Amino acid sequence: MAQEVRTTGEYWRWTESRWNDPDIDWRKAKTITAGVDVGSVSSQAVIMVDGKIFATGNMRTGSSSPDSALNVTNWALEGTGMKIEDIHYTVGTGYGRVNVPFAQKAITEIACHARGANWIYGPTVRTLLDMGGQDCKAIHCDEKGKVINFLMNDKCAAGTGRGMEVFADLLAVPITKIGEVSFQIDEEPPAVNSTCVVFAKTEATGLLRAGWPKEKVIAAYCSAMAHRVAELLERIGVEKDFVITGGISKNIGVVKRLEKELGIETLKTDFDVQLAGAVGAALFAQALLKKHRSAA
Amino acid sequence: MIAHYGYKDASGEYFIILDTEKCDGCGACVDACRWGVLEVGVDPNNPFHEEPIVLVTEEHRNKLKYSCAQCKPVSDRPPLPCVSACPNGALSHSW
Amino acid sequence: MITAGIDCGAKTVKVLILKDGRVIGKSLALAGFDTKAATEQSFNIALRGAGLSKNDIQRIVATGAGRLEAAFLAKEETTEVAADARGAIKLFPSARTVIDVGAEEGRAIKIDRNGKVVDFAVNEKCAAGAGAFMEAMSRALEVPLEELGELTLKSQRAVPMNAQCVVFAESEVVTLIHAKTPKEDISRAIHDAISDRIVSMVRRIGLERDVVLIGGVAKNIGFVNSLNRDLELEVKIPEEPEFVGALGAAILAAE
Ligand code: SF4
Ligand code: SF4
Repeated sequence: MAQEVRTTGEYWRWTESRWNDPDIDWRKAKTITAGVDVGSVSSQAVIMVDGKIFATGNMRTGSSSPDSALNVTNWALEGTGMKIEDIHYTVGTGYGRVNVPFAQKAITEIACHARGANWIYGPTVRTLLDMGGQDCKAIHCDEKGKVINFLMNDKCAAGTGRGMEVFADLLAVPITKIGEVSFQIDEEPPAVNSTCVVFAKTEATGLLRAGWPKEKVIAAYCSAMAHRVAELLERIGVEKDFVITGGISKNIGVVKRLEKELGIETLKTDFDVQLAGAVGAALFAQALLKKHRSAA
Repeated sequence: MIAHYGYKDASGEYFIILDTEKCDGCGACVDACRWGVLEVGVDPNNPFHEEPIVLVTEEHRNKLKYSCAQCKPVSDRPPLPCVSACPNGALSHSW
Repeated sequence: MITAGIDCGAKTVKVLILKDGRVIGKSLALAGFDTKAATEQSFNIALRGAGLSKNDIQRIVATGAGRLEAAFLAKEETTEVAADARGAIKLFPSARTVIDVGAEEGRAIKIDRNGKVVDFAVNEKCAAGAGAFMEAMSRALEVPLEELGELTLKSQRAVPMNAQCVVFAESEVVTLIHAKTPKEDISRAIHDAISDRIVSMVRRIGLERDVVLIGGVAKNIGFVNSLNRDLELEVKIPEEPEFVGALGAAILAAE
C-alpha cells in the first residue's frame, strides 16, 4: 500500500491525502471507473478497478473546477502507471460536477453521498448528515443507499462550517479547538437565541460583555448549531443508523450535543468519510458502464 | 423520492417539496407559475430516472420566500397556482 | 396635552415630544450596549430641547424592539407596526402603504385612511432582509454606510449578486472586488438585492398608493432608487424618516 498525507492549515476541514493499492493489477481489469467530487473547498477522486477501490486522492480545490478535477485524479493515479485515459467511465459530483472534463455524467452529491455512505458504513445506514464548509445536507436512504428523502441548505450560513468560522474568529479560538473548548465549562449554558450568524454574533458580544467566559459562549453556540441541524433533520425524519460527514463532523462540540438532542449516536468508521461522495460516484460509474455495455 | 428544494434560514423554512414518484413531468405547474420558479428537466439526483421531472430552478432555489411571496398574501391566501395545477398531487410547500 | 414617544430600535433610540400635535423636542442616540442608558440620555436631551422637565410630560408610550428597556420611563407600550402607521398617516394623509427598514427588521404595513393597520408583513430574524445587510456590505466594500447609497449613482452596469445570506454575500463582495468590479456597480447590486426582498414583502400585503418609506434607510438614495424602480412609482419620504415611529408613539400617547 502506498500512502501519502499532507496536512493543510485548516486540517479540521480536510487532510490532503492519497492512497493506492499496489496489489491490484489494473491492466487485467474489466471495469475501471472513477468518481470525482469537486467541492467548494476540497476535491476527491476515487478510482475503482472491478468494484474494488484502487486509488484515492483528496486535495484542496483550486480556482478552476476542471483543473481541480484533473489534478486530484492525476495525483491519485501518480505512480500507478494508470492514466486518466485508461478509465472507462467517470462520474462527476459535488458543486463543480458539470466541470469535470473527462466525466461522462454528472450526478448530484445527494445521490452520491447516500450511495457512498452505504458502501462505507454498510447497508444499515438510514440517515446521513453532511455538514460542509458552505452547506448542510440531510439525506434519508434505504438499505441499498437509494435516496428516499433529502434536503440541502446552501442559502444560510447558520449550520455550516462558515458560520462556525465566523464565531471562531470572533472569539479568537482556532477552529480545530472549538469542540474541545466547548466542554471546558462547569455547566451547560442555554443555547444562543439567534439562529442568524449576524445576530448571533451580536448576541455573543453581549454575553462576553456580561462577563461570560469564552468557553461558555462557545458551548452556547455549539448547542444552537446542534439544535438547528436537529430541526433540519426532523424534516426528513431521523432513523438509525445515523452518520455525519463533512467538516463539522470533526467538531465534537456540535456532534456530541446533536447526538444528545436526537437521542441517537452516530456510527463511526476509520475510512476517510470525506471520500463518500467520490466513492458513490465511482459506484454509479460502474453501474452506468455496465448498462452502457449491455446496451451496445 | 421526496425532494426538498429550498432552504431554512433564521426566519423560517421555505421548501417546495416534490414527490418524484408522483411527478410525471407534465409541466402543468411550470405553466401555472408566472414567476419562473419551476422547470422540467432531468432529475440530477437520480441517475437511473431518465424521464423528465419538475425541478426548482437554480435561480430561485435560495430565495423562494421572496419568489413565491406574490402567491402568498398575508391574508386570504388563495390555493397556490403550482400546487393546484398538478394533476398528480406531487407538489407541496412547507410554508 | 404634552406627550412623548420613545422608539427603542436595535441600533438607535429616538425620543420625540409632542404638544397639542406639534413637535417641540426630539433626540436620537445610539443604543450601544446599554439601551436603557441611551434612552435616559436621549429623553433628557429631548426634554432640554423642549425646555421642559419630566413632570411636564403627561403620558409616555414606548415602541421598538427594545421597548421594554424604556419601561422605567414609559408605562405604556405599542407595537412598531402601530406606531409606524400612526406616524406615517399624520405626515402623509394619503399614505396607504408604509415601508420601514430597521437594522434588524423590515416591515411593510397596509393602512386605512385613519392610520389603522389593515395588514402587515415582517422580515425578521434573518439579517439579509434588514438594514444589517447593508451595514455588513458597507464593511465588506470598505465604504462608509452613509456613502454607500450615493455610490450607486455612478453605476454603469447592474452586476448580479447571488448570495442570499449576509455571511455569503460578504464573501461574494470580496470576490467581486478582486475581480476588479467597480465599487459603484457592487453597491448598486447590494441595494437592488435588499430592495427585492422588501418589495416581495409589499406584494404580500398588496401594493396600494401612496407608499411612504420611513426609517433611517429612507435617507439612502441608492435604496430609494432601487425601490422606486422595483415598485414602479415614487415613494414618499418624510423629512426626518427615523423619527416616524417615535412620532406615532407620541400621537398614540395623546389619545
Ligand atoms: S439567517 Fe443570517 S446567517 Fe442565515 S441566511 Fe439570513 S443572514 Fe445569513
Ligand atoms: S407559489 Fe407561485 S411563484 Fe411559487 S412556485 Fe408556485 S406558482 Fe410559482
